Amino acid sequence: MNAREVRVAAAVATIWLLLAAGWALAGEEAIQLRDAPGRDVTTAFCATCHSLDYIQMNAAVLDRAGWEKSVRKMMDRFGAPIPDEDARKIVEYLGENY
Amino acid sequence: MVIKRREVLASSAGLLLLGAVGARSDEPPVPGATDDVLVALPGKKPLIKRSFRPPNFETPIADLREAFTPNERFFVRYHLADIPEVDRRSWRLKVGGSSAQRSVEFSLAELKRGFEHVSIAAVNQCSGNRRGLFTPRAAGIQWQYGAMGNAMWGGVRLRDVLNRVGIKADALEVVLDGADRAVLPVTPDFVKSLPIERALDENTLIAFEMNGAALPHWNGAPARLVVPGWTATYWVKHLAEIRVEPKPFDGFWMKTAYRVPTGAFAGARFASQETPQTTPITEILVNSLVTSHSDGARLARGRTAELSGWAWDGGSGIGSVEVSTDDGQSWRSATLAKDLGRFAWRGFHFAVETSTTGSRALAVRAVSRAGARQPDKLTPNPSGYHHNLVQRLTLEVA
Repeated sequence: MNAREVRVAAAVATIWLLLAAGWALAGEEAIQLRDAPGRDVTTAFCATCHSLDYIQMNAAVLDRAGWEKSVRKMMDRFGAPIPDEDARKIVEYLGENY
Repeated sequence: MVIKRREVLASSAGLLLLGAVGARSDEPPVPGATDDVLVALPGKKPLIKRSFRPPNFETPIADLREAFTPNERFFVRYHLADIPEVDRRSWRLKVGGSSAQRSVEFSLAELKRGFEHVSIAAVNQCSGNRRGLFTPRAAGIQWQYGAMGNAMWGGVRLRDVLNRVGIKADALEVVLDGADRAVLPVTPDFVKSLPIERALDENTLIAFEMNGAALPHWNGAPARLVVPGWTATYWVKHLAEIRVEPKPFDGFWMKTAYRVPTGAFAGARFASQETPQTTPITEILVNSLVTSHSDGARLARGRTAELSGWAWDGGSGIGSVEVSTDDGQSWRSATLAKDLGRFAWRGFHFAVETSTTGSRALAVRAVSRAGARQPDKLTPNPSGYHHNLVQRLTLEVA
């Protein structure tokens, strides 16, 4: 694992801790993003703070530029600790698939 | 303060998944398509799930037919996902701030015992209610009609509590913080402020009762702010701290979020937070909702059919509700039901002519006592607030 993969793995582990601690509502775990390159990094970072239905819900609203703005908002306004390289992958994934 | 995490959330038995209301597929969502899913939060009846975490759930229109929306059917809206269950007995409300004479902590019993009890019927409506119907589309929770409800709120006046701690002459805003928090410590906490004059309004309450029962967890237990006439963003849940301050509060949820273009909408101004470009959303605009029928509903020819629903505004009260059966060429007044108070919604009903078969294109609009009327065009604003278009629906007589 390189450093970034470690970070992603840590973020995934955090989500499961949150789920186990009861932060998440049951039912959420059934939500799966579309299987395409970038899904894991998107799931790992986005689901740290919110369920993935936020992505599905805004799919009809946001284009690639909109997703980029949204990801920047999560980083700049809400403090999501997403490295720029991962942020690019997330925007690419969301722009392609949602 | 002892805060216990809601253990029931960890259990899948606590949630009832009722399945999709409409067809779902892997195809990209079509704007306006119905793929609503009904899910019951612990202690709630099934509501339309918009998001699981933080929980955002809206009330189906069919469950908005009662004058007072039942607590277990009332909508749920959170910004941040760490939502503690607050213990009513050990809960303390801290009241102080730079423009308060002193700092005091109140228990629930002290609030109940120490101040006059007040009840007020008021509509609680999310600023972004109907955002999902906005054109152009606006990002955020894609609410349809049910991020609102009407309830009888019981509690004590914020004014009485603030006067007890003493207010200095330089008081400008009252800052409100609840016990709910963000997952990441760096994410801005949901903290709101009110202009001092609105905080001291006799109708602004610290409420611990809803429709005669203790405030439900998902609606802000043990106490929430109630700001009749203002959108629900100010109705801070799980109240923990109230501060009287001499300066404009500069948190994210005031200076960046919940803002509209300055001068775009009528209603109370929030002068200390206003910039030349944007200003906080404040009062609810005049609006109405047909709850008896949905668009496309079928009526039996020759059988009496009555259209009914609710109309409300930011506190002037409803003057009339008008119905057009000719696509807005002419309007007739609906019959208004009992007045539940100027901050509550007002019932209306209107007999639909069913003697001949065919389509009935109806339009419904409310007019406030202040003379404001629902518009035919939306006022654009980036966050998709204040959707109050004239409602149009077509009924089929067959």
